[in-house]
Amino acid sequence: MGSTLTSSRASERLALSLHVVASAVLVTLLGLPVVALVLRVPPGRLLERLRDDALLEALRLSLVTSVFATLAVTLLGLPIAYLLATRTFPGKRLIEAMLELPMVLPPTVAGVGLLLAFGRQGLAGPVLAAFGLSIPFTTIAVVVAQAFVAAPFFIAATRAGLAEVDQRYLDAAATLRSSPSRTLFRVMLPLAFPSLLAGAAMTWARALGEFGATITFAGNMPGVTQTMPLAVYLALQTDLDAAVAMSVLMLALSVGVLLGIRLVTPHLLPAGPFARSPGR
Amino acid sequence: MKRLASMLLLSLTTVPALGAQTSAAPREITVYAAASLTDAFSELGKLMEQDALPTRVRYNFAGSQQLAVQLEQGAKADVFASADQRWMDHVQERHLTAGPAKIFAHNRLVVIVPKSNPAHVRELQGLARRGVKLVVGAEAVPVGKYTREMFRRLERRPGFPPAYGDSVLANVVSQEENVKSVVAKVQLGEADAGVVYRSDVTPRVAPGVTVLEIPDDANVLASYPIAILTGTADSAAAGDFLALLLGPEGRRVLARRGLTPAETMP
Repeated sequence: MGSTLTSSRASERLALSLHVVASAVLVTLLGLPVVALVLRVPPGRLLERLRDDALLEALRLSLVTSVFATLAVTLLGLPIAYLLATRTFPGKRLIEAMLELPMVLPPTVAGVGLLLAFGRQGLAGPVLAAFGLSIPFTTIAVVVAQAFVAAPFFIAATRAGLAEVDQRYLDAAATLRSSPSRTLFRVMLPLAFPSLLAGAAMTWARALGEFGATITFAGNMPGVTQTMPLAVYLALQTDLDAAVAMSVLMLALSVGVLLGIRLVTPHLLPAGPFARSPGR
Repeated sequence: MKRLASMLLLSLTTVPALGAQTSAAPREITVYAAASLTDAFSELGKLMEQDALPTRVRYNFAGSQQLAVQLEQGAKADVFASADQRWMDHVQERHLTAGPAKIFAHNRLVVIVPKSNPAHVRELQGLARRGVKLVVGAEAVPVGKYTREMFRRLERRPGFPPAYGDSVLANVVSQEENVKSVVAKVQLGEADAGVVYRSDVTPRVAPGVTVLEIPDDANVLASYPIAILTGTADSAAAGDFLALLLGPEGRRVLARRGLTPAETMP
């Protein structure tokens, strides 16, 4: 009996050490590239590099397009997240799958799809042409590509937030004869707001990092479609230091977004999708 | 728990074995080649497999500038074929080549427009018209560098307006990172015109595009150097690949794929 106990304790210890080893491997895998980026260029050189006009142009374009993409996704995504959270309707499963697809689709495939759909010769090309629109190679194409790949993040978070609103509040609102839209704006949205915020932040971060769909659908043109990730990729082929400087900048932005989400959501939202702390 | 632990251990110990190669395996080499060589080299790869001493050739086709950087960063390869001397120099300066580089082929630029020709580009002068969507290689990509040089040369020819080069380059809507992306954007009909190599107008591409020739005196003759790399694991197989490429069979393949085999052959 005693020996069984010791051997089970020994195997527990082995299991624990395996957990630790596996975790260390993964943390190194994810963390070392970040450390390497930061260590590569001395801070003084970095600041000097960051004053480069081409870099600032790419940064400005990245910020503008990702903000527009996030706004578009928020405006268009909120209604569908609401419908998915509160209603059942025929074809719901299919729509859900469609809305999740961009998360798993290789971005380059997304770019080809966007070209074949919204390109000049694409399915919707003639319709767009009727309005005098030609999307590929324009800044609009960058926003469209970013919105395409990033929308699922907002919809998933918002939908979960709306669905988690306690039914009792909604019942209470109903007994007070609140109309459904009044309930949405006065009860559901305020309660789900942290989820919306987290979803919007994830969307923004994903849009900011978008590469594959952008270079395929929008092409690469400084000042028009060359966002930071594209600038990094192209600089990598000619000027490694510049590429590293830009990468560090992107890294700082991404860390900022993640920290922002963590700071904003945990105390506002007990059960937020991105904000569960281990202590709870 | 015990079983899970032993399975984890087992998987950890077996991982290194996957990297080991048995000596009985057929010869295999890795060739880093400019994107514009895709068709010609793929055909050569098939010939190598049918050789008396069969060799499997793995390819990494990309923009020469990208390949050069990958090699610089320690990528394992046996042979490097660049679309210009600049990126071969880059690799040579870092002492990554074993022996001198040989020019094995030349290529010429052509302008392609989609068969539908949405911008009605019928001659080279038409590329300067406002609103024409032109797609070219980025400056760092060999084809991009050649393209810019070619437009400057055209500008000095009779029949072309004085600011021709600037007007054409102002029409560029995208600077692609390799020549095949330029082809794709024209094939899809999204670009009104693109500048590519003659060899990129492959039998698969040709039906969808119209080729505008560039006069000889304005055209830029792209030269392709090739070299065996110091990191080669099988210099004999790599040597055989070069011998095939530089020999009569290789020359035939190059010519069939729209490249001009280099005249001065060793």
